[in-house]
Amino acid sequence: MNPDTDVRGYVSPIEVRRAHLGDAILAEWTKMRSVRSTMWTLGALVVVVLGVGTVIPWAVRTDAPGPQGDPPLAYGFFGVLLGTVCVITLGALSFSSEFGTGLIRTTLTACPSRARVLAAKTAVYFCLVFALTLVLTVIAGIFEVVIINSPNPGPTVWAPATVGVSVYMALLGVLSLAVGAMVRHAAGAVTAMLGIVLLPLVVAMFLPRPLSGVRSVLLNYSIPSQLVSFYGAFGGFANGSQPSGWVSLWILLGVVALAMAGAYVALDRRDV
Amino acid sequence: MGLEMIEAAGLTKRYGAKTAVHDLTFEVRPGHVTGFLGPNGSGKSTTMRMIVGLDRPTSGTVTVGGRPFRQTPNAPRKVGALLDAQAVHGGRSARNHLLSLAQLSGIPASRVEEVLDVVGLRDVAGKRSKGFSLGMGQRLGIAAALLGDPQVLLFDEPVNGLDPEGIYWVRTLMKRLAAEGRTVLVSSHLMSEMAVTADHLLVIGRGRLLADMSVREFISRNSADFARVRVADDAAGRTGELAAAVAEAGGRALKEPDGALRVTGIDLPRISDLAHKADIRLWELSPHHASLEEAYMRLTQDVVDYRSTDDELAGFTPPEDEAHPLDTAPGPPEVPEVPAQGWYAPPPPGQAPPQTRSRP
Repeated sequence: MNPDTDVRGYVSPIEVRRAHLGDAILAEWTKMRSVRSTMWTLGALVVVVLGVGTVIPWAVRTDAPGPQGDPPLAYGFFGVLLGTVCVITLGALSFSSEFGTGLIRTTLTACPSRARVLAAKTAVYFCLVFALTLVLTVIAGIFEVVIINSPNPGPTVWAPATVGVSVYMALLGVLSLAVGAMVRHAAGAVTAMLGIVLLPLVVAMFLPRPLSGVRSVLLNYSIPSQLVSFYGAFGGFANGSQPSGWVSLWILLGVVALAMAGAYVALDRRDV
Repeated sequence: MGLEMIEAAGLTKRYGAKTAVHDLTFEVRPGHVTGFLGPNGSGKSTTMRMIVGLDRPTSGTVTVGGRPFRQTPNAPRKVGALLDAQAVHGGRSARNHLLSLAQLSGIPASRVEEVLDVVGLRDVAGKRSKGFSLGMGQRLGIAAALLGDPQVLLFDEPVNGLDPEGIYWVRTLMKRLAAEGRTVLVSSHLMSEMAVTADHLLVIGRGRLLADMSVREFISRNSADFARVRVADDAAGRTGELAAAVAEAGGRALKEPDGALRVTGIDLPRISDLAHKADIRLWELSPHHASLEEAYMRLTQDVVDYRSTDDELAGFTPPEDEAHPLDTAPGPPEVPEVPAQGWYAPPPPGQAPPQTRSRP
């Protein structure tokens, strides 16, 4: 609207600039860094990934010295698996805490574009989790190689176990964020996400023999199995039929895309 | 469409079977403080949420400056809203809360310190807002609304929890904002507050528009003076005679349950003369003045959703009649139907409504 036409209305001396996605990303970053839950959950992620990534190879080494069948980086899996809980929790809080406090009304009044808010939150959280997990998995990987005292496994092992796992974790966090936008309740969103992560595995364990086909699909495509696939054939999980690491990424990406669409529709259609 | 008006047309919101807002049509103009008045649960907040596109109307439209809010470019620079004072993440400091909003809206970060000063929260700006009192939360909400220096401002119950100094400050602020040519819509359930703040009134009850007029007009139309007239007990049978005489003289007499008359339209000396002429002795002839608060309560008496009672058996009495929107057509000050109680004003809070009480 041309400001010249509002002759009688109020005209603000503050320059009017059209806000864009970059502004929203900056705002979400401010929100992210200014609450303590971020520090707590990400601190827990650091402790778990580095701690478990150090303790397990150390225990394995003292128990049975000599070369193991498993690649050294694979010991990082346990820490990362525990770390998913942190990533899921913080992701779920992103929207659900705004709904819980009513802040979402303020946010959507300041930025009526639901798509922009969703995109900004997604971008900030994806980048944060990716960067942090990448740093942590690299450090943990170095620990593991050094502690096991094995030869450097080479880039084809390093890449999925660091970059691949980090992208997977970040996507998992984004999935959790989208679930939070749909469920709108912190505890509900975290519970739903834990169900998504754990339930296929638990159900598979209790399925009777005649359903072994379903069982192996559940086992192979549950999120822990997909996550382990980034470390190659490994331990009791591996039976050769689970997807390879990069396929896991595509599968999760598909799920995230669906959840994002759902989150957008929920934000757009439902009353706040 | 140069002026930033809020225009609602046939605005309706239903939640399942309950209609929260029913067919509201109104305009909120710039340059005035418009008071949005109604009892708790009458649909004020729902209407305000629909104005800023948080709730979708079931039918009808509401626009700000000619466009639905969600299609407004630079929306936060055009409309600022205080909808829910506690709509803040308790773990975040006031400064960071406002900073994130400023960034989201493309407003320079230096504006944050300005609004912190305006609402007087600078000293506690670094503290987590969880520890804020209701009044401080209210100030933070007002700061968020003022952040974009917008042309249209919505305040939902802004004086809730404020101390007298704060209430005075909010009043002055509203008037100043309106005087600058902005459109200011302030909701409240307190008539007394609106009488000193607002220029124009929108009164709603149970989601329906009951009145849309200037405060001055509302006062002149609703704060009717009346006289209470009681005939001597030994002449009680002649009350009807007096009522007829009053009617003949151009007044209006209504009988109260205790046998007294409520007379409007003619002044006290004239009533005395009429009684004297008819040779009727009076035991009471007293002037009464209905306050604006009473007028408002009378207007919304039938549409109060949450009414406290002191009668535990209230649940066993038959339900009250369906609310009827009151007549807001122009006309001389009129006293509506006399309630079945000895006194003019509606019952104070905590007392059962007369209708319910008189039933066995």
